[in-house]
Amino acid sequence: MDKNFKDFILMLADNNMILGQRLSEWCGHGPVLEQDIALTNIALDLIGEARNYYQYLASIEQKEEDDYPMLRDVIEFRNVLLTEQPNHNWGHTLVRQFLFDCWHYYHLEAMIKSKDATLSAIASKSIKEARYHLAFSGEWTVRLGDGTEESHEKMQTALNDLMPFFDEMFESTAYETSCFQNQFSPDLSVVKQHALAKVTEVIEEATLKLPVNTFIRKGGKTGIHSEYLGHMLSDMQFLQRAYPNSVW
Amino acid sequence: MKDWPLYEIFIRSKNGLNHKHVGSLHAADAHMAIQNARDVYTRRNEGVSIWVVESNNITASNPDENEALFDPAEDKIYRHPTFYELPDEVKHM
Repeated sequence: MDKNFKDFILMLADNNMILGQRLSEWCGHGPVLEQDIALTNIALDLIGEARNYYQYLASIEQKEEDDYPMLRDVIEFRNVLLTEQPNHNWGHTLVRQFLFDCWHYYHLEAMIKSKDATLSAIASKSIKEARYHLAFSGEWTVRLGDGTEESHEKMQTALNDLMPFFDEMFESTAYETSCFQNQFSPDLSVVKQHALAKVTEVIEEATLKLPVNTFIRKGGKTGIHSEYLGHMLSDMQFLQRAYPNSVW
Repeated sequence: MKDWPLYEIFIRSKNGLNHKHVGSLHAADAHMAIQNARDVYTRRNEGVSIWVVESNNITASNPDENEALFDPAEDKIYRHPTFYELPDEVKHM
């Protein structure tokens, strides 16, 4: 299997898997029951999409889908740094979600036209979920940004903290460039135009300010991760590490 | 969030059926109530349409008046259309 194609699918899978795992940490800790379950639903949507990609890889490589999330170490993960950042408070989680959703939705929209039939099919299925996620996180961004003085301040802090991770999603790695040339993956510059327009629109409505001249934090897509991913994996992979090859 | 009003949730399980009351939840406004209802009450494919009504807007009958309101209907058997045979084509009666 082409290494570039594999890395591209892993990036899609790991983005969804790691953010899904992060959101799952809210399960039982949401501010109210209704939002707790809403966020858990989103986590399950993302893990479901990740499974589709892992299953696709597993079918090509004659492996098990669990091998990918459970038996790889940090440096082999291809998720963007944004997805592994800690939850902090509710508003912080929703800003991270909103920035991710802006990439996720428009990336899926473009990937429906992929020449790879499986990726196109996964995108067609997942975009319905992503559309809801984007509406949900966008509305929360507006609600809290344009809320009380305290909520506004927390949202602005979250935006300042997380905006440096935004650009990584749209900076093409070597494997994405290769996949784009083969018409498997979207033109990231076009995806970015749509995503940034959406971010700008919502941030303005939320009475927040986009930080300018931020340093771009990147590396996750090529396996250079922040300190957080290792801790996440030790949690997520605990059973396989403690009891190798155990099954349900 | 403790100040959020209570909403009553009605779900239509499939086209052609009535919206049915399924429960209640808290939300900041009606729009959020629909989203919450979607996440709480339709995650297992239970619905095709959602209505939300702020609980304050519902006027309920007083249980103390049950005798006057409902008991008089008890012995009026002639009001039940049980003397007719329903054709098979009539569903959901």
